[in-house]
Amino acid sequence: MLKLPIYLDNNATTPLDPRVLEAMLPYFTEHFGNAASRNHAFGWQAEEAVDYAREQIAQLINCDPKEIIFTSGATESDNLAIKGVFEMYAQKGNHIITATTEHKAVLDTCKHLEKLGARVTYLPVNAEGLIDLNELEAAMTPQTILVSIMYANNEIGVIQPIREISAIAKKHGALFFTDGTQSVGKIPVDVIADGIDLMSFSGHKMYGPKGIGALYVRRKNPRVKVTAQMDGGGHERGMRSGTLNVPGIVGLGKACELARLDMDADTQRIAAMRDRLERELLTLEESYVNGSREHRLPHTTNISFKYVEGEGLMMGVKDLAVSSGSACTSASLEPSYVLKALGLSDDLAHSSLRFGLSRFTTDEQIDYAIGHVKEAVTKLREMSPLWEMFKEGIDLNSIEWAEH
Amino acid sequence: MAYSDKVIDHYSNPRNVGTLDKSKKTVGTGLVGAPECGDVMRLQIEVDEATNIITDAKFKTFGCGSAIASSSLATEWLKGKSVDEALAIDNMEIVEELALPPVKIHCSVLAEDAIKAAINDYRVKNGLPALEEAKSHH
Repeated sequence: MLKLPIYLDNNATTPLDPRVLEAMLPYFTEHFGNAASRNHAFGWQAEEAVDYAREQIAQLINCDPKEIIFTSGATESDNLAIKGVFEMYAQKGNHIITATTEHKAVLDTCKHLEKLGARVTYLPVNAEGLIDLNELEAAMTPQTILVSIMYANNEIGVIQPIREISAIAKKHGALFFTDGTQSVGKIPVDVIADGIDLMSFSGHKMYGPKGIGALYVRRKNPRVKVTAQMDGGGHERGMRSGTLNVPGIVGLGKACELARLDMDADTQRIAAMRDRLERELLTLEESYVNGSREHRLPHTTNISFKYVEGEGLMMGVKDLAVSSGSACTSASLEPSYVLKALGLSDDLAHSSLRFGLSRFTTDEQIDYAIGHVKEAVTKLREMSPLWEMFKEGIDLNSIEWAEH
Repeated sequence: MAYSDKVIDHYSNPRNVGTLDKSKKTVGTGLVGAPECGDVMRLQIEVDEATNIITDAKFKTFGCGSAIASSSLATEWLKGKSVDEALAIDNMEIVEELALPPVKIHCSVLAEDAIKAAINDYRVKNGLPALEEAKSHH
């Protein structure tokens, strides 16, 4: 029996894998020690668990375990990376390059730094959601200290040309930071091959717990340093003070290990379901995939259904947990700034649904989702005067609408 | 957002969805709202010329659940009313009946506008002077 509603919002968060929970549990109770306690067995046990997790994480992204700085999550990692580089490399310059489709944790951090004297270039994206490498190259200056471009976008799943971007940053002597929240654990990420200097990611996007994340900080070629954003005991090589969240770290480590071992099989299965969902929904007239379909995460699709209003659509797909319009600030009725950056009109941005599948998504759930969305869109279009006009061949732009 | 049971009922089982022949002299059509604002309502009435009674009403709405419910309810209320009675329908009656929250009051305003626009269209078609209110509401 299918349980409703069906969770298809895995870009927002994923359920904890039971294998991760099992690994974490002892660290809440019997192994409760503080990893910084150097003079007794409780502390040693906790430290051992943390070191083991560092290795599990390092194996997934091909780095040295010492290059992992634990944080509370990707938002903190984004803040630490950008603010930390801005402070640490102030002598060299004050210019940061990022893109308009970045997560708010990056954009708002950059906005904050602009008030403190940073100069920030916000690169536009094309209709596919990709930045233009020539524009990036042209934006580089001797004062550029950091290029911050996300690995894959949370709303549309579009993967940026990371290796080309890092090569341009390196050529001009700037560091390259990437928000890897949506990509780490989902697609192969290799900080060496990808030329990444700093990278943020979090546990709860890859079947790990919430409240734990990490920042990868390169230790050689070049040795990267960030100024700590929190004062205290000098944990994590002085870059992030605060008692380590040992159960969370154990969970993140286990989640990374599972991601590494299961990635190929998971991806094959999830991509097949995503493709089927997308193919079926595109049989509806006037439905469009937002962003590149070629350079995209295997578990994400974002589709706009023209002539259907977004809020009404969300009400119609009540058996599905999905995101619409603006993925991250669903409380506001403003259309998604990411979709608008692709050049979508307000109404098309409003009438979009984002589907994020997971390793726990089943074929049966996808079958149901296909039928449910088709039914809702069809019903709303039968009720939509705009759909009727479209069908009669009336150009909606030719009508003098009464603004209200 | 939590919707009231009545909004959910109208959304799930909308009354009187459809299209009347707008070329007929006895049919009045009101089209209000704008796509970029996220709400477009088209409300139509058919009037018995002898009695001035609204014999049929249809709607189509592009919008949220509250907008769909407001227009669906409006068509229910219109049928059987005289044109003058229909003109007296106030948006706050719709707000009360559907228990619309403050952020959705504009849906009821739009429904009232649609009613007045439809009546106005009917009046103009039949050589009567246009309503002052319908012209000045926006």
